[in-house]
Amino acid sequence: MEKVYDIVIVGAGPAGLAAGLYAGRSKLATLIVEKEQEGGQIGQTSEIDNYPGSIEGESGPSLVKRFADQAWRFGAEKVSDTVVDMELEGDIKKIVGESGTYLGKTVILAGGAVPQKINCPGEEEFTGKGVSYCATCDAAFFEGFEVFVVGGGDAAVEEAMHLTKFARKVTIIHRRDELRAVKAIQEKAFKIDNLEFMWNSVVKELSGDGLLSRMVVEDTKTGEQREVLADEDDGLFGVFVFIGFKPNTAILDGKLPLENGYVRTDDDMKTSIPGVFAAGDIRVKSLRQVVTAAADGAIAATQAGKYIEEHNM
Amino acid sequence: MLQVDKDTFEAEVLQAEGYVVCDYYGDGCVPCEALMPHMEKLAETYGDRMKFVSLNTSKARRLAIGQKVLGLPTIVLYKDGEKVKELVKEDATASAVEAMIVEHL
Repeated sequence: MEKVYDIVIVGAGPAGLAAGLYAGRSKLATLIVEKEQEGGQIGQTSEIDNYPGSIEGESGPSLVKRFADQAWRFGAEKVSDTVVDMELEGDIKKIVGESGTYLGKTVILAGGAVPQKINCPGEEEFTGKGVSYCATCDAAFFEGFEVFVVGGGDAAVEEAMHLTKFARKVTIIHRRDELRAVKAIQEKAFKIDNLEFMWNSVVKELSGDGLLSRMVVEDTKTGEQREVLADEDDGLFGVFVFIGFKPNTAILDGKLPLENGYVRTDDDMKTSIPGVFAAGDIRVKSLRQVVTAAADGAIAATQAGKYIEEHNM
Repeated sequence: MLQVDKDTFEAEVLQAEGYVVCDYYGDGCVPCEALMPHMEKLAETYGDRMKFVSLNTSKARRLAIGQKVLGLPTIVLYKDGEKVKELVKEDATASAVEAMIVEHL
């Protein structure tokens, strides 16, 4: 007979790893299913300044490594697999992956979110050819070149500041006439010499000959479109996109009530299906940060333990 | 997996006969790190029928740009020095790379 875990956690970002830590520490048989390396989004973040207790200048990967080591230390197991389906009803839940099926008395959905795309012509074709969603991966390619950053929130402005260390010039393209980023970040950004702003603008088209070298930008007020071309000597420029996130809930559609794609829970992280919990960025919530994801994970694991006890499972 | 650099790339990849799988990665690229063990495993499994190399683009930026690689990770399949297929970023998963290799065995 296949092993039935007390808790199967889908996703090994801060929410899943915190849930794994709490579950493991409560001696619950815990499995974390993750398709990539641990970390989720923060595994790609260059600096984490606002997680309480994080070390100054600490990178996402180094913080999340401590999260992960702590979860494994308390006995949580990990499997690398991509989840393709879930059967969440009934006493034993089934998580179906590409390489195996995992059974759990309870499930914690902690699959997080992925970067939102612009959804304009050329975006897919030029991903990895000038278009990027990961500054830590690709910033170094643009040393001495020109770079555009799309977005106006914390992530966009912070990554734009990081990119100014590599690029000759960074221009933030934002659809409004003021940034959404918190004031402390804005103040830092406005002091940087090679950081410029293109207000009330959206990217409509990306193109080039093998590498990104041309885009069409539209003025959100006048509807006027204009062409941005790469410097002739450069022959290319970069476009980094940080316009928010989209939850990883495609396979949950029809299984759980979703709100704009996000999973609705109560304060105890319970979804509408008994024994199924959700934690982290995948949930409907007001603040999506490492600290809130970790808190969700702790609550979800504790409630899952309670559910198992109450149902004498 | 053979580590190539800007001095050996030409001979080991572009002048090589037959198929060469090149793993373009970079310092500090977390998704690259995640993919690396899978690439090592594929190199072990298929290494007798196909050549596997890796290139640290942090030390060979112009070379990578010359190969039209501007995002990581990128896995390129060359045949007789010509690009046959490439898998970029989120498309560069272990299973997609294996499928690409099997298709060209």
